[in-house]
Formats: sequence, C-alpha cells, structure tokens
Amino acid sequence: MSTIKLTVNGKAVSAEVEDRTLLVQLLRENLNLTGTHVGCDTSQCGACVVHIDGRAVKSCTVLVGQANGANVTTIEGISKGDELHPMQAAFRDNHGLQCGYCTPGMIMSAIDIVHRHSGGLDEDTVRHELEGNICRCTGYHNIVKSVLDAAGRMKVSQAAE
Amino acid sequence: MGVEGIGASVVRKEDRRFITGRGRYVDDIKLQGMTYAQFVRSPHAHAKVKSIDSSEAMKMPGVVGVLTGQQIVDDKVGNLICGWAITSKDGTPMKMGAWPAMAPETVRFAGQAVAVVIAETKNQAKDAAEAVVVDYEELPAAADITAAIKQGAPQLHPEAPGNVIYDWTIGDEAATEAAFKSAANVVSLDITNNRLVPNAMEPRAAIAEYNDAEEHFTLYTTSQNPHVARLVLSAFYNIAQEHKLRVVAPDVGGGFGSKIFIYPEEMVALWASKKVRRPVKWTGDRSEAFLTDAHGRDHLTKAELAFDASNKITGLRVKTYANLGAYMSLFSSSVPTYLYATLLSGQYNIPNIFAEVISVYTNTTPVDAYRGAGRPEASFVVERLMETAARQLKVDPAELRRKNFITAFPHQTPVIMAYDVGDFGASLDSAMKAIDYAGFAARKEKAKTEGKLRGIGVSCYIEACGIAPSKAVGSLGAGVGLWESAEVRVNPVGTIEILTGSHSHGQGHETTFAQLVAERLGIPISQVQIVHGDTDKVQFGMGTYGSRSAAVGLTAILKAMEKVEAKAKKIAAHQLEASEGDIVIENGEFKVTGTDKSIALPMVALAAYTAHNLPDGMEPGLKEGAFYDPTNFTFPAGAYICELEVDSATGKTSFVNFVAADDFGRLINPMIVEGQVHGGLAQGIGQALLESAIYDSSGQLVTASFMDYTMPRADDLPSFKLSHTTTLCPGNPLGVKGCGEAGAIGASAAVINAITDAIGNNKLEMPATPDRVWHAIHG
Repeated sequence: MSTIKLTVNGKAVSAEVEDRTLLVQLLRENLNLTGTHVGCDTSQCGACVVHIDGRAVKSCTVLVGQANGANVTTIEGISKGDELHPMQAAFRDNHGLQCGYCTPGMIMSAIDIVHRHSGGLDEDTVRHELEGNICRCTGYHNIVKSVLDAAGRMKVSQAAE
Repeated sequence: MGVEGIGASVVRKEDRRFITGRGRYVDDIKLQGMTYAQFVRSPHAHAKVKSIDSSEAMKMPGVVGVLTGQQIVDDKVGNLICGWAITSKDGTPMKMGAWPAMAPETVRFAGQAVAVVIAETKNQAKDAAEAVVVDYEELPAAADITAAIKQGAPQLHPEAPGNVIYDWTIGDEAATEAAFKSAANVVSLDITNNRLVPNAMEPRAAIAEYNDAEEHFTLYTTSQNPHVARLVLSAFYNIAQEHKLRVVAPDVGGGFGSKIFIYPEEMVALWASKKVRRPVKWTGDRSEAFLTDAHGRDHLTKAELAFDASNKITGLRVKTYANLGAYMSLFSSSVPTYLYATLLSGQYNIPNIFAEVISVYTNTTPVDAYRGAGRPEASFVVERLMETAARQLKVDPAELRRKNFITAFPHQTPVIMAYDVGDFGASLDSAMKAIDYAGFAARKEKAKTEGKLRGIGVSCYIEACGIAPSKAVGSLGAGVGLWESAEVRVNPVGTIEILTGSHSHGQGHETTFAQLVAERLGIPISQVQIVHGDTDKVQFGMGTYGSRSAAVGLTAILKAMEKVEAKAKKIAAHQLEASEGDIVIENGEFKVTGTDKSIALPMVALAAYTAHNLPDGMEPGLKEGAFYDPTNFTFPAGAYICELEVDSATGKTSFVNFVAADDFGRLINPMIVEGQVHGGLAQGIGQALLESAIYDSSGQLVTASFMDYTMPRADDLPSFKLSHTTTLCPGNPLGVKGCGEAGAIGASAAVINAITDAIGNNKLEMPATPDRVWHAIHG
C-alpha cells in the first residue's frame, strides 16, 4: 500500500491504495469521479482519457504512483460552473454523442488535439488524431464536426481572455 | 412544426449529463456492502469439467465465496432459453441443447463460465479466480460451420444430432425450380457473411441486491429491455417472481442488439446475491465482452437469381448455413429465418423465391441479433447478386435495379412480408444525383491516368422494422408479444412525465419523445420528463431493438396522449363553460375556438387534481396509459452509393464519396436520425472492410481484443452525404418507419460492389482487407 497525493480538478487529494492501482481506478472507485470510463483492457479505446499536467493520457495505463504529485483534470473538471467548456458545448450542438460512454474520453482527447494544433485543424488531421479513441455509435461524422467547431470556439474564447 | 415539435433538429436534453461526466451507468453504481464477482472461465472450446478445486481460492484475502455450476444446477436455477420456436421442414421442432448459467459438466465455447468468485474488492476477486483449479478433459472442437456439419464432426449437444438445430425452408420450391428451368440467364454467387462482435463501448455489467426481509431482488443491468429481462428471469429461470424482482437499466452505453439478451452473468449475480446475502457486482472487461457477448452474422450462402430475356427477375433461390454458436441465445433462432429470409425479395418484384436455412451448433460464442439482425445478411445477398447480374448481363447496375423495382403498393412478396409503401426510384434518384452517377465514367478514367483503380457500388436495401404485430410474430414462433406501452402523467403543476417501455441507450428518446408532447400541446420540451428503464416505474414494455422505438413506442405515447388530451379538453370546456368540441390546444393553452377565452395547461392540471370543479362523474387526476400493437412491420428503404479508389500496389481502399438516401417516413428529429444513419453506416462499412471475429481450428477466438479485432476508427471512415425521401408509413398515425439499423443493413454491399467494380474481380470476401484486395487484383 502507498499513500498517493495529487491534485484532481484543482483539489488536493490523497489516498491510501494498493501499488497496482491504476489512475482510472483511483478516480472512479476512490474519488467517485465516474465520468472517466473504462471501455477496454488494452489501452485502445480512449474512454478513460484524462489530462495529466495538461496532456491527454489514458488513465487505464497509468499506475497511481506515476501520477503522484501530478495535476489531473477529468471530464468533471473542465466546465466553469454551469458554463460548459467550448468542446462540451460543441459536442452537444453538433450531436457528437449518442450513448455517451466514449464521450468523456473523446472530449478530453479533443481538447488536447486542439491545443496541439493551434495553427489550425482540418478534417483529415482530426480523424488521424482521434485514432486512439473508439466510438461505436456516431460513425465519427459528428465527432469530427464537433472538434472542428470547438477549435474555432476555443480560439475565440482564448482571444477573449 | 413548433421550434421543438416534430421535425425540429432539437439538441438533446440528455446530453448535459453525458458531456459533464454525470451519466450514470451500471458500473458507476455502488451499494452498501457490495461485493465483486469474477468468473472462472474455460480456456478450452470444448471440454469435460472433471473437477473444480476452490480450496486455495477460499483462503485468499477478501474472498466471500466460490460458487460453481453444479451448485446453480442443484439450486434449480433454470437453463437459458431461446424464445423463438422454429420448425424444421420435416415438421420437427428446433433442437435446443441445455445451457446452464455456469457449466457443471461440459464447456462448449472458450470463455464459458464454470465458477464464480465473490470477494470484497474487484482485485481480490480477480486474484482468487486465478487460484481456482479446474481439471478439464479436452474434447475435439468444431470451430466453424464446415467443421460442424462434416461426417464424424464432434457433437456439441445430444439433443442435436449432426449439430443441426433446424433445417427450415420458406417459399415455393417447385415454382422457383420451374422459374430457373425456364430462365434466360442465371446468376449465382457464394457468399460468406463474416462474424462480428457488437462491441458496444460500455461492457456489460450487473449489480444484484437481495433483501431477505422482503425476499426481494433488485438488478441493475446493461439492458436494452429491462422488462423482458424481468419476465425471462422470473418466468423461466426460477430466480424470483416478477413482483419480487426489480430490474433497472440506467444509462446504457450502446447495445446494437447485444444487450437484448439475458446472459448467464446477470443470473449468477442474482443467485449469488442471495447465497452470500450481500450485493454482488460484476463488470465485464473487454476481453470478456469478446468472449461472451452474443456475436453477430456468420452465414455461408449459395444464392442464385434467374432472369428472363428482358432482364426481369423470375426467381431467387438461396441456401444458407447459419452458425448459432455453442448455445441458442434468446432470439438466435429467428435471426437467420424470419428476420432474414423474409427480406430476400429486397426492393424487387421477384415472383418466385425459395430459401433453405440450416442453423448449426459450433464450439464458439453464441450468435444472435446484431444491428440489423438478419436483414443485413439478406440485403447483402440480394445486392451482391444484383451487382453481379448487371456485370454478367452487361447492363448498368442502377438501371437493372430500377427495371425490377416494386412500384405498386401494397406489395405481397413470396416470403411473408407485405410492403406497405415506398418509392424506391425516388431514393435511387436522390443517391445518384448526390454522387453524380452520370459523371462517374469520366472520374474513373481520370483516376486511371493517376494510377488509381476507381469503383462505384450501389446498394438498394429494404428492411422490416417495428417488430411488429404481436399476432403475426406469435404465429411465426415468437414467445413474446411485440407491442409497446406508455403512460402520460400530467402533474398538478402542468409538467409532464412520460413513462415508456422503450429503452434509450444512445437513441435520444428523452428528446424525441418529448418533441411529440411539444408538438401536441405546444409546451417546451423542458417541461417533459421521459422515464424509462426501471420496472418499478414503468409497468411493462418490450424495449428497444429492431428500429421499433418511434414506430411502436412513440405511437403508444401518442395513444396515451390522445386520452389525456380528451380528458383535459373536457375539464377545460367545463371550466370555460364551453362545448368540448370547441376546445383546441395551442401553445400550452386550451382555447375556445373563435373566442378569446382560454385556460392554460397548468390550470387544467390543477383543476384535475384539486377536483373542486370537475364535470359530474369525472374521476380526479390527469394520467392515462396505452398499449399499442402495430398492424404491420414498417419498411424503411433507401439507396446507398459508394465511390472509392483502390491502390493496386497495396490493396488499400480509400473512400471518395459515400451517399445515403433513406426513406424513413416522417422524421421526428432529423439531427438524431442522421446520427443513427452515420453510426449504422460505420458498422456496415466496418463489416465490409475491417471487422471479423476469427476462430482457429481449436475454437480459440484469436481476435479477442481491440488490438486484434479491427474496430472502425475515425480515419477509416469518410464523412457521409445524407438525403431523405419520404413516403409516410400508413401503418402508424405518425407515419414513421424507424432509422436505427438502415446504415448497417445497406452499407456493406455498396462497399464490396464498389471495390469489385474498381478491381474488375467479383470474387472478394468481407472484410476486404488490403491483403485480400491485393490478392484479388494480383491473384
């Protein structure tokens, strides 16, 4: 057992967990942040993507020890109160989700994609970059639309800040 | 149409919880004192279970109990059933082998459970499951259809000699034979319909809680039809009586058919929760999903089409072998029979059809309905044959189809279905226009100069949805009725709750169903709550599959709404001292036509519940229910055209364009309908290009993870161009047909027709991987 200290969605947390505990287990089972999902056991599907120190990471592939001292943001931590993150709003407005299960991971990956392509995004790049996130419902059509739409919104909101 | 009424692309009410991480799926639920279950599964496809030694496992930390297949049999928990009776051509009933929830004696597919460990934590349960020692005696396995039906094949079930479950026929054999004898041309094709794994992104899960003081069970489960689950669990599995079992299907992360069925894991969780007197949670991982979720498709077919000298179809003859896996899953028997062969007429006038379907057991995961369920298999047969015929007869594939389209409705096919309405020419025109079919030849030439092989493929599908009049499916062997129920509750303050037996696991019912209420009453959808997925709240329902929620579920809501409106009008008329016949409902108000007198819905509702001033003899309250049983299946249809390029050096396929023109009747929310089409197309294209469940000859599933089974990724798919043509369904008052499965039904043939057109070789199996395509080009 180890004591793990990290920051999750801006709050300092500590937990006494088995060394083999994965970050996604800590989030879901210890911290009750069940928005981060588990869709596979081979790090393929991306339903568990969170941000660690600002970068998109599959939390099923991170031992809690590796996240010790890190700053973790989950899907529950990206809106400002009632105000949705532009990526969340874009997914809603473009019908970028159906069953909702892959959605948190998609949104967290997509935010990172937009951040890494500040010079602009096109459809092919978005499709290529989403390779690590599997959706079975949407055929990706509206997810791609959502990400491109959000890229524009994020630029605007960044310019406003 | 109001801004939120029928036909409006309203953004979804349910989205806020999903995009903020507040969805509530089964695995998100924790109960006080909850334990965790881990199954001990057979590594062998076929073996005798000689002994199970759980003594070491019982000593492991946190272990609450280890339960085995023999114990579940001893406790008289019923075997799993198949709920659709099929009769063979010789008049004998289908041969169903016994399927206990955990195998006491014999395992028949790799991954079948033989025992379960219950422990305080998930990790402890997993550790202890590793310590359960099972002594197996391996038996020879039959891993595919060919292996299962050959002389001397390993026998799976004593009930089914030769591994044949049924040998079933439909249509007029003699007349079809005669049509072929007098045919000017005959086209024939051997087709393999590849086996698929549904892979809803949320793995299956179950939490069972037993309250011994009340002798009552609660089951939280990933189900598309919680009421059917309760019915089956109580009526057949002997676990609890219906009034002592509550089944809740909260947010469910996709289904695609795979969450229709009642699985061993739910039964074991319920049974075990009573054994250990603690809540028991089981959450499948993806590996378990691959091994135990019912798979889809898996047919071997020989099909022949007869034409007269003017290229009119005169007959269709089909022989199909269907692999149902090691056990008969809940609706498995109906998929390759009544959901498949009844659609073999496609969109065409075919005077004579005869089909024979032989379903067999193999040492593989059970196979059942997967998005489209039988109809994709039928559509693929018909549309590959039409394309092949056009090439053989040297005529344009679109024109050959058009020449043979059914144009007069209703149309009785020779295989049970009576198509009510359609305009197949209109959807084909729409798709051809969208893709510039006329300009294709020039584009192909241009691609050729750039060293690319370009192809175009048409697929004109039809499906039977709604599933369907109870009397009809009953006469065909179904063990259940297929109606739907609804209840409309107007609260005293005028807000509305709709209780429905349909279940939403991505389809957006919380929005579309509310849109009907907005349309009828002129109130915002924010004033309407859709309640579903809980047998304690909704009395009964048949759930969501077969693209039935709009055609059947929404119509049931409409019927209940009509009753509510009728009573509300009486109350309004009484309050306004007007005649009931003069009351109209507009913008949430009950108005007396031709006057400025009106009363708002909340006041009518309040009057209904205060009951201070109601018409004489009227009961207080404003709540009505309805059951709706459709009069026919619905028949969505459309035309898909795919244009693509093949790189002859690598065999890689790249999409140029994919257009879909669908006729779904009236659209409630076009945005949601298009989303359904996108998802269906992705699954159809996935089947055509990427996906295939592969067993080795010993019955090991070698594609049992996302690393081995190719799920469609974003960069495997194009953006789609959709359009709609409309003939209103006459079978229901809303004129809706259903849209959930169309994409998966029509897309595969369009893709394969396009690739085979590009490479000039018609012999190509699904999935058309670069390797297969390269070999088809280069031999």
